[in-house]
Amino acid sequence: MTIVKGICIILGFLALGEAASLLINHLIPGSVLGMILLFLALVGKIINPESIRTVANFLTKNMAIFFLPAFMGIMDQWGLISLNLGGWLIVMFASTIAVFFTSGWVAKTIIRFNERREKK
Amino acid sequence: MKELILNVPAMLTLTVGTYLLGVYCKNKSGISLLHPFIICIPIIIALLKVMDISADEYMEHNQIIIFLQGPSVVALGLSIYDNLETIKKKMAAILSAVIVGSIVGVVSVYVLCGILNLGPIFDRSLESKSLTTPIAMDLTKTLEGNISLTAISVVLCGFIGAVIGPIMWRLFKFDHPVAKGLAMGCASHGLGTTRAIEEGALEGAVSGLSIALMGIATALVIPLFNALIR
Repeated sequence: MTIVKGICIILGFLALGEAASLLINHLIPGSVLGMILLFLALVGKIINPESIRTVANFLTKNMAIFFLPAFMGIMDQWGLISLNLGGWLIVMFASTIAVFFTSGWVAKTIIRFNERREKK
Repeated sequence: MKELILNVPAMLTLTVGTYLLGVYCKNKSGISLLHPFIICIPIIIALLKVMDISADEYMEHNQIIIFLQGPSVVALGLSIYDNLETIKKKMAAILSAVIVGSIVGVVSVYVLCGILNLGPIFDRSLESKSLTTPIAMDLTKTLEGNISLTAISVVLCGFIGAVIGPIMWRLFKFDHPVAKGLAMGCASHGLGTTRAIEEGALEGAVSGLSIALMGIATALVIPLFNALIR
């Protein structure tokens, strides 16, 4: 029963998120709003974290599979991509690495700065 | 022949089965760089070609799996809750990293597409590539880009982070779990997050949180940037 309950709660929050997304004109997608609402409900002690843990762990630990089918869209877009394959790959790799480096570096620098200040 | 294969259970088995094969190859070989997708994407594409099944037909029969992207993002709310204390303490670092990451993501695509002369369709479809699929597709719609190109780019972007992210952690000396999770979540959304979760619960939670924050920040950066530039 705990699994059914977990499924129900998570789907319910996704539904709430979708409704909220509609109200704000899809500025933020329903899944992200659902995540924020679930988080708030956990903080507000409306939802018991143990009631969703099994299902939530299953979903987050296996997230990669859910992204797999979308990649097959590459078959349809191959015409457009193959014309600019090199350029597309360079932009994808360079930009992803740039975001990875800058965001991680900013976080690392601020954390280090704060830790040093605390020690003093 | 096609009718025997083109049904929901067979197509779902193909997805989950090749993924398991990919995970098996990764574990068996002991090569952590060998992401399961490297094994399963070519196999699925080859099988679909042989059986004369289009990508649209395949994706239509995999709707249940694609649908689970939504609940899995919602479920990250629990990871954030579990790591609330650490996240609260590092909020300044998290917010600054996300703001810088979202600006770098959009500007780097714009500049690189300009230098490489890829044309506006690539620029418009790739600016949101570091975000989770639904946000990325919505943003591409508002920019009048190619939604399918965005969808593939989002997965490739996540894939790049999941595969070479661990090397970059070492190379750039990101040793704090918050810095590791942020880099992964900001650059490579949900797919990067799956790799961050493997690294640790805190890495996973911060990565999950940055999916949401990056989505919000980039949704604000893209219209601002385009108002300034175009």
